[in-house]
Amino acid sequence: MEVESGAFVEKARAALDDATLQHALKHIKHGFVEARANAAARLPDFEAMRDRARDVKAHTIAHLADYLEQFEANVTARGGKVHWARDAREARAIIHGICRAAGARTVTKSKSMVTEEIELNPYLEEHSIEPIETDLGEYIIQLRGEKPSHIIAPVIHLSKDQVADTFHEHHGRHGFHTRLTERSGMVREARSILRQRFVKADVGITGANFLVAETGSAVVVTNEGNADLTASLPDTHIVVTGIEKLVPTLDDCHLMLRLLPRSATGQDITAYVSFFTGPKRTDDLSGPSSFHVVLLDNGRSDMMGTEFEEMLRCIRCGACLNHCPVYSNIGGHAYGSVYPGPMGAVLTPSLAGIDKAGHLPNASSFCGRCEAVCPVRIPLPKLMRHWREREFERHLSPSGTRWGLRAWSMIAASPRLYRSMQWTASRFLRLIASNGWIRRLPLAGAGWTGERDMHAPAGNSFQHQWRKRGGRR
Amino acid sequence: MQTKPEAALFVTCLADLMRPEVGFASASLIEAAGFDVVVPRGQSCCGQPNYNSGDRRAARSMARRTIELLEPYEYVVVPSGSCAAMIKVHYPLLFDEADALFGKAQALAGKTEELTVFLERHGYTPDAAPAAVRVAYHDSCSGLRELGIRHQPRALLKRSPSLELLELAEPEVCCGFGGTFCVKYPDISGRMAENKTADIAATGAGIVAMGDVGCLLNIEGKLRREGRDIRACHVAELLAGMLERPDGR
Repeated sequence: MEVESGAFVEKARAALDDATLQHALKHIKHGFVEARANAAARLPDFEAMRDRARDVKAHTIAHLADYLEQFEANVTARGGKVHWARDAREARAIIHGICRAAGARTVTKSKSMVTEEIELNPYLEEHSIEPIETDLGEYIIQLRGEKPSHIIAPVIHLSKDQVADTFHEHHGRHGFHTRLTERSGMVREARSILRQRFVKADVGITGANFLVAETGSAVVVTNEGNADLTASLPDTHIVVTGIEKLVPTLDDCHLMLRLLPRSATGQDITAYVSFFTGPKRTDDLSGPSSFHVVLLDNGRSDMMGTEFEEMLRCIRCGACLNHCPVYSNIGGHAYGSVYPGPMGAVLTPSLAGIDKAGHLPNASSFCGRCEAVCPVRIPLPKLMRHWREREFERHLSPSGTRWGLRAWSMIAASPRLYRSMQWTASRFLRLIASNGWIRRLPLAGAGWTGERDMHAPAGNSFQHQWRKRGGRR
Repeated sequence: MQTKPEAALFVTCLADLMRPEVGFASASLIEAAGFDVVVPRGQSCCGQPNYNSGDRRAARSMARRTIELLEPYEYVVVPSGSCAAMIKVHYPLLFDEADALFGKAQALAGKTEELTVFLERHGYTPDAAPAAVRVAYHDSCSGLRELGIRHQPRALLKRSPSLELLELAEPEVCCGFGGTFCVKYPDISGRMAENKTADIAATGAGIVAMGDVGCLLNIEGKLRREGRDIRACHVAELLAGMLERPDGR
């Protein structure tokens, strides 16, 4: 998994200065945050459902091997095939093998962050297979040569105008020469192009929101219906997803399906919920004749039994991104990872290594709103803190920070040192203040005064003054 | 004559250094609630900066120190949601259940209260009602989400008949302080603060009150940098009628 988090600070700065992006990000508040709050308020049971969902997922992860076996047995019994991929390379090779056997030239795709994780598209292109993204958002970023900036709304960073430009630039070769600016017209144009691609595709690749162990089904939710066309029209359907997407029963899946859209988009239910169970049966009118499920590990099983196991409960709703004050101010691209925001801050270092993802678990104010909205109650701040601990133990945190923390803990441990430090700091701050305010601080303080003033303390420390006044100690 | 119960004030290092007034305001409110205030000597930092930066070992030793320092007192009051949450929520997580300190951490967690929670629970009524003011209240993230502090400060403020309490558009959104976050990621933190001061200004309030000195320094500094004529204060300063400051602001 490619991670470019090293330039996080610079990219975040650029994002804050990007007026178009800032305007686009404003949609999060109304489109996601308020919508989720309303959806949750409409369902009195919502909080209890979150508890149950947490328990279902925790139980599944604790017995993952058993449920995976059950899932494989049920897929096989219905004429499908399960493939196990230890890492991205294996997953790509398996998918390529299936495509080659099907003589595939073009592949339609829908709803798969995991194929982003394993960087499938460039690999298929290298092997002369054309991948065609069919979710409108994914389609747009594929045309633009970009990466998704949100796990469920990949083009949240774009304005309608930018999309109009993109369509105008790329749709000419399909005979569309007018630059459309009206939403429904733009969608109609994209749909008419994609319809042709759906019909001609040799293989359809989808992700899965859930896998149901008791039936061997892969479940996909969409609002555009494109996953159905991706899965049903070509002769081969490949589901590519992570091993943690499993739930034991259809009842469990139903619970998840009530939580997912409400948490993600504030919808009570998405327009389409599709259960794909094996290939076309003899009396089915349509459907693929071969059905494959590629189950990706890619570091997931290594999380089991560690403090990061709880992250495997994630159902990829994106609520933590939408409610994160960092994500909602800088968007997803600054994180340099397929998985941005709080869930990405925990997952990315698990999948790619903390040495490659250093900023991600640190770029959080620990406000805790992500945990407060997570449908499966993943304690994201706690898990980010655990990554910070790993970084600290491995001496990956900046030496200035380490030195400062060490000095601070020594000062705090000694009343005398602490007293003289407070006295000195207080005097210093009052000395450099003018009219009680400080406009510029040295060293780490520059980060503070770059953005805001600092009010100098009115006098010596409270404890000093309390002692002088003869207060009880 | 019956003696008053004793309450220990854990003032927090940030209030100790940056905002001594918050210490005095807290002490006077705790007294007004019927307690004798003790400021245990030798108190320093609860260990939160180290804990949140991944330095668990130092955090544990700072916690041990604080636990032992506050052990003798029946009531411990902290004028900060985040430091109170550190003690109440996180201290017990720092020790193995077999460790003797685990039980002590739990005992401290059980008797420690954030200031407004303490005042509200002991039926404190403000006697020095502040002059008629329009006040916006800012919830600190730790207090709100880790300790469920929401109605207590509002209830206390609403008992002042001349005070009009105003709500921010997005009370659940962080102001961008976040401890070391604000100096590690100043650009992002600064934008978060800017969004917050815009929300504060939109209420038309002349004062914004809150329960944490961290948020206070952040919001106050941003308001000042933006040249907004809005005063920021700790809710304790407002309740204790201690808003006048030497600089005359």
